Amino acid sequence: MNTLPHILSLITFLPLLGAVVLVVFRMSARGEDADVIDRNAPSVALATSLITFGMSLWALMDFNMADPGFQFVEKANWFGDMSYHLGVDGISLSLIVLTTFLMPLCFIASWGVVKKRVTEYMVAFLVLETLMIGVFSSLDIVLFYIFFEAGLIPMFLIIGVWGGAERVYAAFKFFLYTLLGSVLMLIAVVAMILTAGTTDMVALLDYDFPLGMQTWLWLGFFASFAVKMPMWPVHTWLPDAHVQAPTAGSVILAGVLLKMGGYGFIRFSLPMFPDASQTFAPLVFTLSVIAIIYTSLVAFRQTDMKKLIAYSSVAHMGFVTIGIFSMNVIGVQGAMFQMISHGIVSGALFLIVGVIYDRMHTREIAAYGGLAQRMPVYATIFMLFTMANVGLPGTSGFIGEFLTMVGGYQVSSWIAFGAAFGVILSAVYALTLYKKVIYGTITNAKLEDISDMVRREVITFSPLVIATIVLGVWPSLLTDMTGPAVEALVEHIAAAVEPSILEGMQ
Amino acid sequence: MYLLIVFGPLLGALIAGLFGRILGDKSAQLVTTGFLILSAVLSLFAFNQVAYNGHEQLIHVMNWFAVGDFQAAWALRVDTLTAVMLVVVTFVSSLVHVYSWGYMADDPHKARFFAYLSFFTFAMLMLVTANNFLQMFFGWEGVGLASYLLIGFWYKKPEANAAAIKAFVTNRVGDFGFALGILTIFAVFGALDFDTVFGAAHDNAALVIPFLWMQFNAIELIAFLLFIGAMGKSAQFFLHVWLPDAMEGPTPVSALIHAATMVTAGVFLVARCAPLFEMAPHASLFVTVIGAMTAFFAATVGLVQNDIKRVIAYSTCSQLGYMFMAGGLGMYDAAIFHLFTHAFFKALLFLGAGSVIIGLHHEQDMRKMGGIAKKMPLTWIFMIIGTIALTGVGIPGTSFGFAGFFSKDAIIEGAWEAGVAGTAFGYQAFWVGIVAALMTSFYSWRVIFMTFHGTYRGDQHTFDHAHESPRSMLVPLALLSAGAIFAGVLFAGDFIGDKQAGFWRGATVIEAVADTSHEAPDAHAVPEQHAAASAEDHGGGHHVPTWVAWSPFVVTLIGFAIAWFMYITREGLGARMAARSRYVHPFLYNKWYFDELYDIVLVRGARKLGDLFWKGGDQRIIDGFGPNGFAAATLAGAKRIAKLQTGFLYHYAFVMLIGLVGFITWILVSGVSGGH
Repeated sequence: MNTLPHILSLITFLPLLGAVVLVVFRMSARGEDADVIDRNAPSVALATSLITFGMSLWALMDFNMADPGFQFVEKANWFGDMSYHLGVDGISLSLIVLTTFLMPLCFIASWGVVKKRVTEYMVAFLVLETLMIGVFSSLDIVLFYIFFEAGLIPMFLIIGVWGGAERVYAAFKFFLYTLLGSVLMLIAVVAMILTAGTTDMVALLDYDFPLGMQTWLWLGFFASFAVKMPMWPVHTWLPDAHVQAPTAGSVILAGVLLKMGGYGFIRFSLPMFPDASQTFAPLVFTLSVIAIIYTSLVAFRQTDMKKLIAYSSVAHMGFVTIGIFSMNVIGVQGAMFQMISHGIVSGALFLIVGVIYDRMHTREIAAYGGLAQRMPVYATIFMLFTMANVGLPGTSGFIGEFLTMVGGYQVSSWIAFGAAFGVILSAVYALTLYKKVIYGTITNAKLEDISDMVRREVITFSPLVIATIVLGVWPSLLTDMTGPAVEALVEHIAAAVEPSILEGMQ
Repeated sequence: MYLLIVFGPLLGALIAGLFGRILGDKSAQLVTTGFLILSAVLSLFAFNQVAYNGHEQLIHVMNWFAVGDFQAAWALRVDTLTAVMLVVVTFVSSLVHVYSWGYMADDPHKARFFAYLSFFTFAMLMLVTANNFLQMFFGWEGVGLASYLLIGFWYKKPEANAAAIKAFVTNRVGDFGFALGILTIFAVFGALDFDTVFGAAHDNAALVIPFLWMQFNAIELIAFLLFIGAMGKSAQFFLHVWLPDAMEGPTPVSALIHAATMVTAGVFLVARCAPLFEMAPHASLFVTVIGAMTAFFAATVGLVQNDIKRVIAYSTCSQLGYMFMAGGLGMYDAAIFHLFTHAFFKALLFLGAGSVIIGLHHEQDMRKMGGIAKKMPLTWIFMIIGTIALTGVGIPGTSFGFAGFFSKDAIIEGAWEAGVAGTAFGYQAFWVGIVAALMTSFYSWRVIFMTFHGTYRGDQHTFDHAHESPRSMLVPLALLSAGAIFAGVLFAGDFIGDKQAGFWRGATVIEAVADTSHEAPDAHAVPEQHAAASAEDHGGGHHVPTWVAWSPFVVTLIGFAIAWFMYITREGLGARMAARSRYVHPFLYNKWYFDELYDIVLVRGARKLGDLFWKGGDQRIIDGFGPNGFAAATLAGAKRIAKLQTGFLYHYAFVMLIGLVGFITWILVSGVSGGH
């Protein structure tokens, strides 16, 4: 195969390159020149992200779907025993493509909307993109940890600088939660390295950690990933962060950053600590089912649009954790699908809020009503994503939810039973939101001359609409890609789990 | 051809929906209606091909799911059961499309309306052509979406929006069961396509599986869960609350979705899964009981409603109860036959009511109608035909009768036979059927008398301008009338008569010799002898005593007589009785207070729980002990942080970076490589 050499490095660091270029120009510019840079920064950022997306598609073309192992591997000695080791399988590549797909949309959505510190904004997003892709492409645990933690910095800044009125509180909360998780994960990582004597993830995957140790390591990683997902009850940072973040920040937060938690579970917790995963699975299921029911009910009562969608995200992530810890092919495949689908759908929903926020500068549901009369195109697109959010068959939302329930059912009917409440409750909160915003008569006089979506906005949504429906009707596009890696993973777990643990489960 | 039947309406919906504003209303109407009529004509061919010539079809469109063992394809399966549904759906749908040209003539959003209608038809066709449970679920939810959109079509009306959400959410409660049913099917059979599941059903008849805290017979459990889904979609007792409210939608929608097609999906599901229900006596009993309760309950409520559409809606609910009663007793053929005839006369009644409503400038309250037969003679005639068909008028023992006579009496008599044969709840079902038939007759004629006869009770201006409807509305009424008259007599032999084995050919389960006392016209047996013979021959189970055969007819006459007395002879008596009644009338008028109960328990309960979790759980407990508590504990630090402004956030970043650097340093110093 005639793959571009170092394609993973290129995809990973191209955004950073764009950011560096912007920084250099911006730093050296004075007075009017600075304005020129600010005016052109969005184009540079958009172009960079588009090229990155194109490259990731190229990688996708060259990717061997049948091979469950890591591909496009790059390895170079770094310092000590650590190496600069990159590589992707179907699981990580699909998340990389999701990231590079959402990024240009974020830039288009921010076009002309962000007016403060434009260049810095673009730089923050480009740096974030590099770090996110790095998380998914790293095959060295130190490298992974660096990308994983460093990603928080630009996100902090995005919330803290370009956020809403209470951005400081939100950033503070975000900080506290993730700090706690990070510290525990850091300890676990250090312990792993000391025990196994390697930082190489491929080697770690095959390393057999002793049972007692697995428990502690699992908990250390769990602390970090559970916060990231977020799982109940460590989810309360998410609504605040979403509400305060600018639209594009919310899109990336819900679309990609949350997925790092799920990716972490699949990449580390499951294969490296299979026994502990088996032991703790009931705990995860319990928390997931609680998350689905609890946060759906909370979402129902929200008065702020973004908060509502944020809570619905927590509920949807509950399906992901159910799927992952069912540890069977269907469940894990469903979890992967749910992550990608949620990235698209919740990203779209945050963009949908952004469209009217840009016009009215409020996220209060009560300030809206009757938009269908003034914004028919908007109403249509909103309806589509509302339906995807409630998991209507034919949209991508259905596939992930249903597969994870199938996977969960194989473990216990209780799980599917609890999760199925999400089917009812999601309809309750999503349709209530839609009704209050779109239907009815216009009661707020300020809405009388609100304009429908402009071309830039339609362009932003088109790829999301297409992706949602295509994946809903033809999910094999994605499941074929993640399939071999997931199957290998499940086999690996089955082979690795101590029989005594399995007996204890029954 | 089959692809065109199913996907034509989708194409029409997409064209009208996406380009409606560019093409204009006229083109959108033409395109959608054109595709529908084409679909209907092709369906007739398909019906002939499949039902009479035995050319069943299974067309693979593309793969949908392929994850491990979890496989499901997009496919079209057309057997006789599907072919019947194809005809019903496309025929009624195309008539409703045509009718809507007149009914929606003044509406500013015609393209959207027709797009929704066509989309609904597509989803319904996907449902009936499904070859696996998952595609069925797709259609199932798709029609739910279309129903939601159409009920809330007049989105400025708060009642319409509330009704739309209520419909969708109640349906989702049913889907909760349906989804769990599908999951259980996959867990038990490892497959989702009908042939595999039904083929293996027999071998798994005794399989016991754990579900939640109990052990269940697998097939019983599956049948029960699937029926929960059917209860939601077909508005059966406990989950019926959405259907009457759904009348907030435009009347053509009520006729198409909430009478002829979507609400019958549950009956279709039971008939389709007959191989499972056959092996699940307890679940079948549950189906019968729920069906009987619905038939009775809805009829009682229908007695006293004043909104013309609501009466018909409750009537629909009640008739669906009949169908489930039949299904639960194993008479899947009779259930589908009633579904088939019901589609004609109930769509006719709804569209006739729509004609009245338009003629009286959107008046739906029957208390403000009366004596308009002269103004709308054709509508009057069509409504009478519909009523006669619904009440099942016909002479027992002969082949003279309107559509409902053949199908409804078949159910009532079948219930008696089932009772004779010892099936649980058979006799009870028979009596419920008789009582409900009495009420059906009363409320149906009450509608006719209150609307068309007596003196007009609305304002004079409306009466003066009352008018007959345009031709686009009358032609569909005429065609449906033809169906209401002849659908029974023409098809009884195929559906439930002596030719049924060759007709169904295994599409649903039929009893070996399910010969009822209504013979097809070409049957040679002399009916009187049949009745006479059956009086002696109880044990045979195929014939019923004369009084059983005649009782539906008699109660129908009684119902008619009471209605005549109360609304013609003593006009106004009904209203006076209603006003005097302290308990019975309010109880019935308020639909047994189901809405109030659900509102208190479910709606407010969900709100309270939501608030409790949000303000109590998230804010007080989690945040209180978590981040905020932490902040309070480190008060000094928190105060400083609270004062931080944008730029100072870099401090966090800085702290993080220091952490990272420290970590890397540690690695370097300790020398991982030096470890070994």
